Amino acid sequence: MKRLLMTAAAAALTLAATAFNATAADKLKVGFIYLGPVGDLGWTYMHELGRQMMVKELGDKVETTYLENVNEGPDSERSIVQLARTGHDLIFTTSFGYMDPTLKVAKQFPKVKFEHATGFKRAPNLGTYSGRFYEGRYIQGVIAGKMSKTGTLGYIASFPIPEVISGINATILGAQTVNPNIKLKIIWVNTWFDPGKEADAAKALADQGVDVLMQHTDSPAAMQVAAQRGIYAFGQDSDMIKFGPKTQLTSIINNWGPYYVKQAKAALAGTWKSEDTWDGLKEKMVLMAPYTNMPDDVKALAEKTEAAIIAGELHPFKCPVIGQDGKEVECKGGKNLDAGQILGMNFYVKGIDDKIPGK
Amino acid sequence: MGLVEAIIISIIAASTPLLLAAAGELVVERSGVLNLGVEGMMIMGAACGFAGAWLTGSTFVGALFGIAAGMALSFVFAVLTLGLAVNQVAAGLALTILGVGLSGLIGAGFVGEKIVPAPQLYLPVLTGIPLVGRILFGQDGFVYVSIALVAGIWWFLCRTRGGLILRAVGDNHTSAHALGYPVLKIRLFAVLFGGGCAGLAGAFLPLAYTPFFIPGMTAGRGWIALALVVFSSWLPGRLVAGAYLFGAVSILQLHAQAFGLGIPSQLMTALPYLATVIVLVIISRAHGGHGSVAPASLGTVFVPDR
Repeated sequence: MKRLLMTAAAAALTLAATAFNATAADKLKVGFIYLGPVGDLGWTYMHELGRQMMVKELGDKVETTYLENVNEGPDSERSIVQLARTGHDLIFTTSFGYMDPTLKVAKQFPKVKFEHATGFKRAPNLGTYSGRFYEGRYIQGVIAGKMSKTGTLGYIASFPIPEVISGINATILGAQTVNPNIKLKIIWVNTWFDPGKEADAAKALADQGVDVLMQHTDSPAAMQVAAQRGIYAFGQDSDMIKFGPKTQLTSIINNWGPYYVKQAKAALAGTWKSEDTWDGLKEKMVLMAPYTNMPDDVKALAEKTEAAIIAGELHPFKCPVIGQDGKEVECKGGKNLDAGQILGMNFYVKGIDDKIPGK
Repeated sequence: MGLVEAIIISIIAASTPLLLAAAGELVVERSGVLNLGVEGMMIMGAACGFAGAWLTGSTFVGALFGIAAGMALSFVFAVLTLGLAVNQVAAGLALTILGVGLSGLIGAGFVGEKIVPAPQLYLPVLTGIPLVGRILFGQDGFVYVSIALVAGIWWFLCRTRGGLILRAVGDNHTSAHALGYPVLKIRLFAVLFGGGCAGLAGAFLPLAYTPFFIPGMTAGRGWIALALVVFSSWLPGRLVAGAYLFGAVSILQLHAQAFGLGIPSQLMTALPYLATVIVLVIISRAHGGHGSVAPASLGTVFVPDR
């Protein structure tokens, strides 16, 4: 009986594979691996909007699949293999922790094209892409520095990886331009998504005198706590104004759609190649939600800062960047830190009165 | 509001869902059934609880929806494990997977919607007492229910004939059956009760803790509740201590970070779990190294043969 079942299963699999091949000839099959649920209103939700835009623009030229709630690390390998095995031509793995598994699977499936978000390991069939979120963080820092009356900002951080650390540094560098004595309290929650814990961290920060909250986690919980406490907050990943109409100052919006459309078109045209894409405000991969709940002069300053970053006149990590130890950080990029230094950032700048966990 | 007061209020809020879910599971396990589906029943309670509150505008109705959802899911578990004598571990895990998936489906339409959070008790004079007023007389209903629930469970298990029978069923179902007690019926009620508690615990999250619904918002609290039952060595009093210890450690570590004490946050995040392991070892040693004080029939299937 068991054997019969297995034969049946094998037959079903073969049938499924054939079916896939039949459609794969004329359609581009695109797969997505998501970290959270598509309804998280944060990181994963924005990737999902990007996928939907791809479907809308390319219509029946693409067929897309997504797997949500895929844990980072070795566990994700199975999911990536599953997409590669089922005839997907282009696979986006959308979180930092998928880096090594993606690289491993990319080597096993040389004909499949892979794109990994926010990582730095590439292969001939594996490209990387990310947003220059630190540009938005810098603007948030400027606004927060102006808006804080207590002079203490609160930061809910996820994991001590370079992307998060560069965001923290960009924030305080921006804030220091308007208030040199600004303080930043940082809480690491060691999760990307746990609304309860994010809310607890937000409450802890508010209880300790923070009056502007920012977060590098994915749910709107902190925004809601800030609204209850009558302090200000910045949204994350998407426009969270709905959760804090009188609270949100602005929000960094991750705008992946145009990139997904572009890469799918390249794959369809046969011009896709492994690249390292790192776009910011200028290329509109990073957008700022409307500047709200602030006086006109702060709004004008925020808009000016944004314009200067877009024009290339202002770089958040312009040299000299002073480290926590008071020493100047080596300026590899000429006028500012180079991409490698920002993407691999593992130090705090001067003015942050804390240590990176585990360092 | 002072910092200490604020911290205690946060701790109570963080502990309440754990206590609610664990209290229900304690009764289930005392009857000899191991239901690992707490996480699934909780998230179903969260989705349906939010739906109920959003549709009617009432936290109370939302909580009832949550309880009903948890019970409905636990009924599926009861049919499988009691009726069909399916392996309890497998059925429980399946229940979690089912709950997580189904709640995402039910809750999808409610993502991004807002509700008015659960009202907090306000008693003139009493709530205004400095320091203890807000803590004792200014909580939402879930908090008071959780305490009353555990007190009721303690009374039932340790002071009533019914509780004695339930414990007998959990410790030796064959003997209980031979004495003429309806083992499966008692277990069915226990499982349904546990499901209702888990559903209520889940409903607390979108109704009071963070007033919105997002799929997966229980974020593993059901598993912590399961660990707490073991931690409590199946005693209601210790369960309260355990839940509040867990809540306290998880809130205090956030405050320690905000104070900039410089303790690695990874270690702090692991602390509550570490504490659970240590207590388990201590309990095990205290019982002469034989470990288990678990109900003797826990997790074993019972099929009445006569």
